Amino acid sequence: MTLTEKLLARAAGKRKAAAGDNLLVDVNVLMTHDVCGPGTIGVFQREFGPGARVWDPQRVVIMPDHYIFTSDRRSNRNVDILRRFVREQGIRYFYDVIDDEDGLWAFDASQGPLSAQHGSRYAGVCHVALAEKGHTCPGEVLVGTDSHTCTAGAFNEFATGIGNTDAAFVMGTGKILLRVPETMRLILDGATGPGVMAKDVILSVIGRIGFDGATYRAMEFGGDGVSALTIEERMTIANMGVEAGAKNAIFGADETTLSFVDSRMKEHGTTRPYEPVSPDGGAKYATEHRVNLSSLEPTVAVPPDPGCCRTARQLADVRIDRAYIGSCTGGKAVDFEAFVDVVRGRRVVTDTFGVPATPTIVRHLKDTKRNGQSLWDILVASGVRMTENAGCGACLGGPEDTFGRMNEPVTCISTTNRNFPGRMGHPNGKVYLASPYTVAASALAGRIADPRDYL
Amino acid sequence: MSGKRVGGKVYVVGDNIDTDQIIPGQYLSLIPTIREEYIRLGGYALCGLPVDQYPKRLVEPGRAPSEYSVLIAGRNFGCGSSREHAPIALGAAGIRVVIAESFARIFFRNCLATGELYPIESAYRLYDAFETGDCVEVDLQSWGLGAADSSCIYPLKPLGEAEKIVSAGGLFAYARKTGLVRGGNASS
Ligand code: SF4
Repeated sequence: MTLTEKLLARAAGKRKAAAGDNLLVDVNVLMTHDVCGPGTIGVFQREFGPGARVWDPQRVVIMPDHYIFTSDRRSNRNVDILRRFVREQGIRYFYDVIDDEDGLWAFDASQGPLSAQHGSRYAGVCHVALAEKGHTCPGEVLVGTDSHTCTAGAFNEFATGIGNTDAAFVMGTGKILLRVPETMRLILDGATGPGVMAKDVILSVIGRIGFDGATYRAMEFGGDGVSALTIEERMTIANMGVEAGAKNAIFGADETTLSFVDSRMKEHGTTRPYEPVSPDGGAKYATEHRVNLSSLEPTVAVPPDPGCCRTARQLADVRIDRAYIGSCTGGKAVDFEAFVDVVRGRRVVTDTFGVPATPTIVRHLKDTKRNGQSLWDILVASGVRMTENAGCGACLGGPEDTFGRMNEPVTCISTTNRNFPGRMGHPNGKVYLASPYTVAASALAGRIADPRDYL
Repeated sequence: MSGKRVGGKVYVVGDNIDTDQIIPGQYLSLIPTIREEYIRLGGYALCGLPVDQYPKRLVEPGRAPSEYSVLIAGRNFGCGSSREHAPIALGAAGIRVVIAESFARIFFRNCLATGELYPIESAYRLYDAFETGDCVEVDLQSWGLGAADSSCIYPLKPLGEAEKIVSAGGLFAYARKTGLVRGGNASS
């Protein structure tokens, strides 16, 4: 069996499972957020009755992160709905935006987008925060009302995005009906060269197999190239599996995985027994692809979808009006560190916005110093507009007052994961997707640039 | 949803129509389970399609529901996010059936789970054969699509088991029928 087959068989209490089987699977963790949580709660209450209880209040994790730093009335109402539900149900892991006992908080636009408006429990972008807070665990099944839930495949779990109705079903029963997907095997060989990041790896894979090249399938990453990847790099790769249409993307568990999850679980008191899965020798794969990491170049996805890939060099005459670093894909600590490597001691000539994915990352950037100066200060000194309000930011547009949102039809280069028409706000805006290195180099050049010229 | 035939005007879109074009991010604060907001979502269905390529809109501003009941699309329809707002907006706009060359997985699943509309695949590129405004009839028993003004029938891929979920009215109605879920609100 492949990793995914083996894991799903176990979660369904079966000895074997093969692609195409329909299984009723036990869920370990259900995650929802402010955009799909209220609708999920609505379906849950409609279908199970107003007095219904969630199947396990310890296993429902609620992370408002999308439309929170906004004065938009309806968006704030949605967080209130989450708060009420959490109180009613005694849900343990609710990462509220603010320390708000009475539920009267609303974002104050007059304080400006830059000063932090969150409390002590706020966690930031769900996919990064799930890992930081010790909710990702090898061998488990994690479902979430967000397509990038597949990010957690980096931790050797089956993780996939689902809709509100499916999530309401999980809330009430702890189970989900799943069809076991066929598995595509991606064998990573060697190591990436200078200037090439995990983002380039996944963009070139999508460019190669196509934007719907993994539809209905599991992507399983293996090969000697994996062991050299950090956990954050694996997260970046798994995160964009859904951009090739994949149901899930999954890695094996090794020392890197175990030491990360153990330390996070210990730090947050979420420690539980777990059993990683590994693929069997004779596993059947639908397809196998080899990726020679050393031959990859800085890669950019051009509008209108993440499958339209070119090298950064080929796009050297594309002028940009804006650069953006942030999101679950490209707003992690390592992404900002890479950005700093390029812009340090220089000034961006492009309007550049930085939105760390989580408050922990904000703290890391402020506490980590290079030659006596914090990473945060280096970014600000080089002209990047940083916000302490970690979250999804403008990655999916959001309400008009969202920091970094494209309210004009500009051209942006971004470390995010989607570049469909209208994605970051304006319907006629254009979004190019690239690694933090490439976005940083482009912000310095005012046009798409190859970061190897700046490192 | 009842009846094994769906007839009406088609609205035709191309390949890779993603969920941001079906329902742009700024409308996601609307909660589909609140009746008035469900209706408003219908008014915004497919409003993210670029106006220059799609001068005729699925729903003219302020004129919901749509005059179209069948959507024909190319490859990879519904790619992108897991937002259930997408099939719901189409269903609320009056679309009963969407026929595409292929679907993105989560969107397909959300169509079934909500019971809002039938997601049907066609091996033919119907997208080249029809134009927005044509009148068609979709037969969900013999799995064919015919134009009102011709005898030519295009075969569709049968939905199989999934058809039972949509015609039951979605995941919960189906789960109750099959005994997977008991009790609760049987009226839905
Ligand atoms: S950062 Fe962007 S892609 Fe990630 S969860 Fe938020 S909106 Fe989605």
